[in-house]
Parts: sequence; structure tokens; C-alpha cells
Amino acid sequence: MMMAPQRASSAGAERPAGAHGPRAAVAAVEVRDAAVRLGGQTIWRELRLTVARGEFVALLGANGAGKSTLLKALLGLLPVASGQIRVLGRAAGEANRAIGYLPQRRTFDPSTRLRGVDIVQLGLDGDRWGLPLPLRWGRLGERTRSDREQVWRAVEMVGAGPYARRPIGELSGGEQQRLLIAQALVRRPGLLLLDEPLDSLDLPNQAAVAALVAKICRERDVAVLLVAHDVNPLLPYLDRVAYLAAGRAVEGTVQEVINSATLSALYGVPIEVLRASDGRLVVVGQPEAPAHHHDRHLLADGAGDRHAD
Amino acid sequence: MRTEPTGPTIGWDVVRDVSQVLEYHFMVNALLAGGVVAVMAGLVGWMMVLRRETFAGHTLAMMAFPGASGAALLGVPAAWGYFAFCGAGALAIGRFAGAERRSWSERSANTGAVQALALAMGFLFVSLYGGVLGDLESVLFGNLLGVSDTQLLGLTGVAAAAVVALAALARPLLFASVDSDAAAARGLPVQALSISFLALLGLAVAATSQITGVMLVFALLVAPAASAQALTARPLPSLGITVALGLLVVWLGLGISYYSVYPAGFFITVISFAVYLLARLFAVALARRSRERAPAASRPGPRRGVIS
Repeated sequence: MMMAPQRASSAGAERPAGAHGPRAAVAAVEVRDAAVRLGGQTIWRELRLTVARGEFVALLGANGAGKSTLLKALLGLLPVASGQIRVLGRAAGEANRAIGYLPQRRTFDPSTRLRGVDIVQLGLDGDRWGLPLPLRWGRLGERTRSDREQVWRAVEMVGAGPYARRPIGELSGGEQQRLLIAQALVRRPGLLLLDEPLDSLDLPNQAAVAALVAKICRERDVAVLLVAHDVNPLLPYLDRVAYLAAGRAVEGTVQEVINSATLSALYGVPIEVLRASDGRLVVVGQPEAPAHHHDRHLLADGAGDRHAD
Repeated sequence: MRTEPTGPTIGWDVVRDVSQVLEYHFMVNALLAGGVVAVMAGLVGWMMVLRRETFAGHTLAMMAFPGASGAALLGVPAAWGYFAFCGAGALAIGRFAGAERRSWSERSANTGAVQALALAMGFLFVSLYGGVLGDLESVLFGNLLGVSDTQLLGLTGVAAAAVVALAALARPLLFASVDSDAAAARGLPVQALSISFLALLGLAVAATSQITGVMLVFALLVAPAASAQALTARPLPSLGITVALGLLVVWLGLGISYYSVYPAGFFITVISFAVYLLARLFAVALARRSRERAPAASRPGPRRGVIS
């Protein structure tokens, strides 16, 4: 299937979402020939990408290839210059209440005096104005109670129960990352957009968080688009991958995309993909930060990849 | 500042001591004004400490100097100058050193530039005014014992408005403070929230510094909030402790000064410093204890907790 990646998007939309049941009438993400320009530079163009409901897709590519930019475009935070983006059947930006978004991290300052569970709670009610009335009875009390249960269900889902009551700044990177995933998850979204959740984690934590995201994807039947540098921790779990490079993208299964022929065609230079005996993939010859791309990448970063703090 | 020819004496009868303090209208007004300021400054200060905008708060406090001297130059009430300059300062810091897209060091440098400009303008206004600015001392150190009924009423109004506004913004502001990217993705106006909070901070500082003076705003804005956050990471108890500590500091300071020859501002500041010191020591002890217990406590944990 999907040998010609440019044609793959419509095929992906019609495909029943793997093991997740056949309700794939409306794709979670559908990007059709979209282009984004920042500061007069085209970040990518003619981009096609489909993520079916309940599907686990990794978004790969070198630094500055526009991966974070794509997530922001899906959230409607950046306008598309051409083409079309549909998210959960609606225009980009209109379905954000049903999207769990994990921005590129950003660890919490050690002095941040809020508990992990408060951070998760903000994912649920952080955009409600006013203060919750601390009622324990009646309809409002009921809401307070069900909110609290929902928060703790998300905390338990990511296995953060033992440390959720400790100040967030005192927790390790892996613990913070789990709580942030719980925050993205707490509203039971139909789509999770995770921007480099494995970054800055050690190898055992990378494996654990990858397994956790796969479990959430299966048990909650939520589509996941996960930005990653390294596909290896994700290999056992992925339905498909999309690879961004040189302003374009290819998508397909891991075997279809991460091979010497496809990546060489994408980059326009010879790329070699090696497979280690344990199944790990090594991409050799990838132009990491080509000089003529450099300005564009800085712009992409400056325009919002990292809101510095 | 006090007018009694013979100083009151303090004894072991607490009821008598307190009723002695409450005999004078100016003391009652001072206690009420101090209480109002403690609640407002505590709550706004809590958010300020959490957002790490203490330096912005300090800069806004400094706005009282050009505010008061500018008002004297124009012959208008000092309060107008306070509010005008604190409002302008909040906007300048918000535009110039907006929380987004800038590193923390760049923001504090920009805030410092705003502060220097404000102080220079205050200096200019004083020299244009020519004469000695009569109530320079009350600009710097406030006049807690000279609060009129009208002032008290105005202060209460400002404080009520500030607290209601803070409550309305509370959760989005908290979200944007700790997690601005995720908040922006949820459609919250992060930049507008940041500027609104600075305006609110300016309002609180202007009102507070009329009573406690520029130099002592911080005793009530920072110390109770920072102490409470050192003691607990739970938001609601932390806010409660902030208000309680603020009231304790103000009322204890006023009460002691009534029986002493030293000014109230001195006692208020010293007590709030002592409270902060104790809270930090307590937090260090608490952290050490939890670190000793942590390896044992974190393992059998997962059973606890579906209802917090």
C-alpha cells in the first residue's frame, strides 16, 4: 500500500484505522496540499498528511524541517498560505477543544510552586473564567466532584499517582512529561498532538513514555500525531510515519518511508538507512542543518517554535 | 506622628491592650486600611510571585515617585499621579517586556530600563517643582496613621475591584503563567492576560503605596505570598495562608508601634521579613524530611488517590 507517498493521503483516509475499528469516515487530521509561509519563507508546501481516527503516527524529520510548525498549523495558530487543513472534520483552529496539545518542552522551573495535579487540572478548566465555587453539594458540587475524578483518571492513566501531589518543579523530567501528557489527555480529546515528548528523556523513560502513548492511543481510541527526532523508541507501536524534509513530506508505514530509496528521493541526496540486528534503524547521510535552509529555520523558531522562558 | 503627650502602656491584660488601641479613630482606620491593603496586596502578590514578576512589581512601586512629584507639580491630588504612572508603567512593561517570546533576562533588562526612566522623570519633576516636596517622606514610607475616612472608602473600593478582577482572571492567568504555549493553543489571549495582570498589579501597588509608601509596598506584596508558597504547593491553602500572614503582619506591626516610639512601617517590614525567613527555614526542613521519606513513600503509592 502507499508506495507513492504523494498519493497516500486519500488511501489513508479510507483505510479502516488498523486495529481500532472501522469508524474512519472522518479523519482525525487531513492536510491537503498545504503550504505555510513564515516571514516570506516557505516552510513547506504541497504537504499531504492523513491521520485516521485512533491511529498512531510519528512525524519525523531533521531540526527545523517544520514539524512544530505543522502542529501549530493544525491548531490554527499559523495560517496556511494555500491548500486545506481539516482536523476532526472541521477547519484548523475550530476543533481545539477536542485536541490535546503538548507543546515542545520546556521543563518547569524548580521553584514552581504548584502540584502536578494542579497542572493536570489546568488542562481541564484552565480556560474557564472566574473561580470555581468550593461547593460540596448541589449541581456545582457535582461538577467539582466529576472534574476531580476526571483529573485523577488522567493522572492514573499515565501512572503519575504516586507523585501527582508533589510540587511539579521537584519532579524529574520523565515525571513532568507524564503529567503533561495527562494534562493533554484530561479532556478526553479525539486527537493528541505531542511535540517531542521523548526529547530530553533518558532511554528507559523514552521507551516507557512511548509505550504509554501507544497504550493511550489503543485504550482511549485517540489519534496521536507525535513529533520525534528518533523513530527507534516508537518502532514497536507506530501505525505509520510521516517524514518532513526539504519542504516536503512523505507518509506511509515505517518500511515504506524509512528506507534508502524513499529518503534519498525526499532529500535529493544519497541517504542510507541501516537496520541493526535488534531492529533499530539508523539514517546515515541526512543533511542535518543545510546552510541554505538556515535562515528559514531560525525564522521558524523565532516565529513561535519556542516561546522562550 | 502620634499626638498623645504620655505614651500608652502595655500590660498583660490583652483585652485591655487591644481596647486601648481601638480607642482612637485614627488607629481603627489604620487597622482597617492595613487589613484591606494586606488582603489585596497578598492576593495580587501571590500571582506576581508565581509569575516571577517581582521585579515588575518593584518597578511599578517606583512609579509612585514620579507619580507623586508630577501630581505636586500640576497641583492635583497625589493619588491621581500614583494611578496614572502605575498604569502607564504597567503598559510600558507589558509592551516592552511582554512575557512572550523573550527570555527572562531580556525581560528584566527592559523592566529595569522602564524603572530608570521613571525615576529620572520623578527627579525632573522634583527639580521643576523647585521647593521641597513636602510629603516626600510619606511618598517613601506612607502615612498609615493618617488615613481619613474618605481614603479608607476609596481604598476599599479599589481593593474590591482588584480582587474581583483577579478572581475573574484567576484560572486562565494561572494557566498562561505556568504553561503559556498550552494556554495559547486553548485559545487563551496570553499576551492580553499578561498586560491585564500588570495593570492589576499597578493598581494594587498604587493603592498600597499610598498607605505604606513606596519603600514598604514590598513587605505586603512579596513576603506573605512568597512565605505561603514556600510552605505549600496547593493553590487554595497557599492563598489562604498569604492573606492570613498579610493580616498578621500588618496588625501586629501596628499594634506594636502603638506602644513604641518607632514607626509602624518599620515593624511591619521587620515582621514580614521574619515571617519570610521562618517560612524558608521551615520549607528547607520540610524538603529534607520529604527527601528522606521519598524513596519509601513513592513505591507503595498507586493505590491511593482516585479522590484527592
